Amino acid sequence: MVRYSLKRLLSLILSLAIASVVIFCVIEVAPGDPASFMLGINAQPDTVAALRAELGLDVPKWLRYLHWVGGMLQGDFGTSYTYHTPVSGMIADRLWVSLPLALYALAFSTLIAFPAGIYAAARRGKAGDMAVMGATQLGVAIPNFWFAMVMVLIFAINLRWFSAGGFAGWDKGFFAAMKSLTLPAISLGLPQAAILARVMRSALLDILGEDFMRTARAKGLTRRQALWRHGLRNAMIPVLTIIGLQFAFLMAGAIIIENVFYLPGLGRMVFQAISSRDLIVVESVVMLLVFAVILVNFLVDLAYAAVDPRLRSRT
Amino acid sequence: MNRNLLIGAVLSSIVVLAALVSFVWTPFDYTAMNIPDKLQSPNAVHWFGTDHFGRDIFSMIMVGARTSIAVALVAVGIGMALGIPLGLAAAARKGSWVDEVIMRGNDLVFAFPSLVIAILITAVFGAGAVNAIIAIGIFNIPVFARITRGGALSLWEREFIMAARVAGKSASRISFEHILPNVMNLLIVQGTIQFSLGILAEAGLSYIGLGAQPPTPSWGRMLADAQTMVSLAPHLALVPGIAIVLTVLGLNLMGDGLRDHLDPRLRVART
Amino acid sequence: MTLLSIQNLSLSIHKTEILKDVSLTVESGEIVAVTGESGSGKSMTAMTVMQLLPELAQTRGSVVLDGTDLLKLSESEMCRVRGQSVGMVFQEPMTALNPVKTIGDQVAETILIHDAMPKDKAYARAREVLDRVGLPAERFPLTRFPHELSGGQRQRVVIAMAIALRPKLLIADEPTTALDVTTQAQILDLLKELVAEFGMGLLMITHDLAVVADMADRITVMRYGEVVETGPTRQLLANMQHPYTRALFEASGHLVDLPPAPAPKPLLEVRDVVRDYRLPRTKLFAPPGHFRAVKGVSFTLNRGERLGLVGESGCGKSTLTRALLGLEPIQGGEILLDGQPVLSEGKPNLAVRRKMQVVFQDPFGSFNPRHRVDRLITEPFHLLDNPPTGAEREKAIGEALTAVGLKPSDAKKYIHEFSGGQRQRIAIARALIIRPELILFDEAVSALDVSVRAQILDLLAELCRAYNLTYLFISHDLSVVRTVTDRVLVMKSGEIVEQGETEQVFSNPQHPYTQTLIAAAPQLPDLDELKRSLTDA
Repeated sequence: MVRYSLKRLLSLILSLAIASVVIFCVIEVAPGDPASFMLGINAQPDTVAALRAELGLDVPKWLRYLHWVGGMLQGDFGTSYTYHTPVSGMIADRLWVSLPLALYALAFSTLIAFPAGIYAAARRGKAGDMAVMGATQLGVAIPNFWFAMVMVLIFAINLRWFSAGGFAGWDKGFFAAMKSLTLPAISLGLPQAAILARVMRSALLDILGEDFMRTARAKGLTRRQALWRHGLRNAMIPVLTIIGLQFAFLMAGAIIIENVFYLPGLGRMVFQAISSRDLIVVESVVMLLVFAVILVNFLVDLAYAAVDPRLRSRT
Repeated sequence: MNRNLLIGAVLSSIVVLAALVSFVWTPFDYTAMNIPDKLQSPNAVHWFGTDHFGRDIFSMIMVGARTSIAVALVAVGIGMALGIPLGLAAAARKGSWVDEVIMRGNDLVFAFPSLVIAILITAVFGAGAVNAIIAIGIFNIPVFARITRGGALSLWEREFIMAARVAGKSASRISFEHILPNVMNLLIVQGTIQFSLGILAEAGLSYIGLGAQPPTPSWGRMLADAQTMVSLAPHLALVPGIAIVLTVLGLNLMGDGLRDHLDPRLRVART
Repeated sequence: MTLLSIQNLSLSIHKTEILKDVSLTVESGEIVAVTGESGSGKSMTAMTVMQLLPELAQTRGSVVLDGTDLLKLSESEMCRVRGQSVGMVFQEPMTALNPVKTIGDQVAETILIHDAMPKDKAYARAREVLDRVGLPAERFPLTRFPHELSGGQRQRVVIAMAIALRPKLLIADEPTTALDVTTQAQILDLLKELVAEFGMGLLMITHDLAVVADMADRITVMRYGEVVETGPTRQLLANMQHPYTRALFEASGHLVDLPPAPAPKPLLEVRDVVRDYRLPRTKLFAPPGHFRAVKGVSFTLNRGERLGLVGESGCGKSTLTRALLGLEPIQGGEILLDGQPVLSEGKPNLAVRRKMQVVFQDPFGSFNPRHRVDRLITEPFHLLDNPPTGAEREKAIGEALTAVGLKPSDAKKYIHEFSGGQRQRIAIARALIIRPELILFDEAVSALDVSVRAQILDLLAELCRAYNLTYLFISHDLSVVRTVTDRVLVMKSGEIVEQGETEQVFSNPQHPYTQTLIAAAPQLPDLDELKRSLTDA
């Protein structure tokens, strides 16, 4: 188990290293010099040169890469070109909106998908299964940002249960903050729940055809007991994979959803940064998102090992 | 032909037909502004109503279908054209450094959701439909590489591949002659799914302004425009949304239907 | 009172008749074998007793266990019967256990699900039962997972699960078919001991007449869902009434008539061949380890000779086969066909390949389902510099198909239109079409029913005579190798431990491993002897 974890950890570090090189190179290709962009077209050459030195742009590229990565490792993401404040501070503020939103949506999606998928698998071919499958078919087809708009139309504009947008802030108390994240989390989580429920169902159905399920029945387990005791844990392996992949979609989806609800998260920040060509902010946020995705996949790998003893013993 | 396949095929063909017809005919000129007629609800003249500039939404939906299909189609094409050969090569040289490099590369691309790729590309090159295509297309490459490799790996274990090797055929020849036709069904089904995901992704990117730029009509941008007026004229948000849902639903149903339709025959041939 | 009594049982699934008026009985302490070829309905009979049938299955008749008609029980009542009164052992031990649960949990579950005893006692009983089936606590603690056990050990766990509650009836569906012969002998012995010890009835499903003759007190022979003959083992075999039973028996011990081998002249020379596999790294910076699958094997195959290569799974015979075919590189030694290496500098040597073809085991997996027969069997033409085209090609296809007993018109059909035996004939046609000198048979008849197998073996003898062929016959099945080869090699752990004239090796094995192997292989009884012993009694 320890050796397996270490191996996964090593691969995580390697992926992060390569990803950081890719991101750095892409940003490097961007035309234009940030220093002259910040100072405007009328700037004196020596002022530009001074700012370049201040921003650390006057050293070779590989050294800049090392500075960037080294800085990030110490929590220093550089200085925003437009706001002239540390990017790390800007990100930290926004992260407190985006991360809770993604986790809230993930919890929501899992809580709906598991029972729905298990229920459908247990009643394969019956009316209950058909209803769940029909609903998920529709859920998969709905774009989350449009679903968000419809939710706003119904629950904020017509019923007035929620506000149409904005974030209460954590200083207004946990429940107020969570309330303003509820509609976004539902819009984000429900379409994902549809996918997850389908995966859960088909994983369970695949397991039902396995020899060891027949063995379990021969021992005297009922169909339901066999499903719960032997099916579920085995079905978790493909389901975990999808949960890992979904987290990437949820992080990305959060960026879009934040726009619908005017939430002050990473998504809003990154769009402002794009329009003001604040590349250091874009670079840092993208790196952070990629880090989150890779980290979640690492956690999923560890979860595999917890579920499947074959992985634990393999070196 | 099963029910899923039928419904899916009908829905998908309606959308494709609308896109094709829009090249020669739309009820109104989709760019023509007509401020006096703005924000009309659906009626006999403007079937889906008009937007805040008085443009005919039905015409915009028809032309928007064109954008959606074009972006998704090219993106799937990129994914297939690069992903399938990579997957075949990885399976043919299973366990070698070629396989290792391809699969590690895949893992890496998977860490960049298409939206993140789009953000990067847009930040550097600016927004546009082409960049949206590239972003979605790049993300499709590992999807097809993985599914091809998975299907191909189990085939390489089969004895008919051994027989072909004994007949002196090279790995690349076997890949195209024996492996590819036998994973084609898998790829067709995955292709329809990726196509529908592509339409969703295009809508999302256009919605946040990273996709097709004006004056190219796009369902996603129509939704973005509708957002500020959703309480005033809900049909502005509902019509493009329903268009997206029905298109994606149609493609997904078609994918499911195709899988059920193609799979049993494969199973019969196998057992 | 009779323990299990099946009377006039009929079963249909989706309106297809699977069983027709099947009747059989099992007494306590008795072993009853149900035998027959594929499609005979023997496994379905077992599944009907367990009531583990697919949906839409309809049954008529009665299955009375200990006074209760199982067909009349509700599903929840049936759940109480399964595991408690009837235990079942399946064919495939590798997949019969849940990979994510420990063996202790899985054995104890049988006890706990029936609330037979409290948890601590259930685990104590699980331990006891595992000890009893030959998995002692010191090597097989309850915390072991299935993937840490071999196939034979897993089958012991499955047996432990089935007998944990001392059921009155044990059903074993081909319990040893997936196992090696030495493991098979141990499992069969274990089953016999358990029957004697617990006084259980054992209903055993098997296709192997030799196993049946060795094990069973009574035999029921089935064909197409019907019982053709039933009776006490010795009497039934000594005095077979039904022609099908006789045909089955004849086919199981079928002897082929081989032409005499010509004077020895080497065709294939194998010298000190070594095949290493790289193992996955166990330490990050240490060099990867190697597993030597073939350890310096040498032998010569003479022109016109039929040579057998026998060994149990994992002995390296498949690896050696792939090396002989030039599909994998070797790390030492040389393989020469007609004096030329099969692989020269890593590249296959086409001139050599032409002289060598192969027939694989699986008649279902060895063809691309998307191609027609003509395209399938002409694949080896790829090896020729000037492959025949047009009418010449048609002629070659027709000849090859005729030679294996099919019609030239079969060339335009797809492979799924043929039965297993016919597909194996097509595989032989594919090997034959470029007129090779050597054909390798890699478990080529192992997946076939005995009657089909007998026909294919006859075909091989016939072709060998007609085309002057040399055969290398790789198989785990000793009885087949004995009848179809002149000489035999015995392989164990990557080495050839014994070689010699087939009859000599079989009747007087020298190496202890060969002796174990031959002693473990179940054999058909000598009918004359059987009859004599019966009349004496």
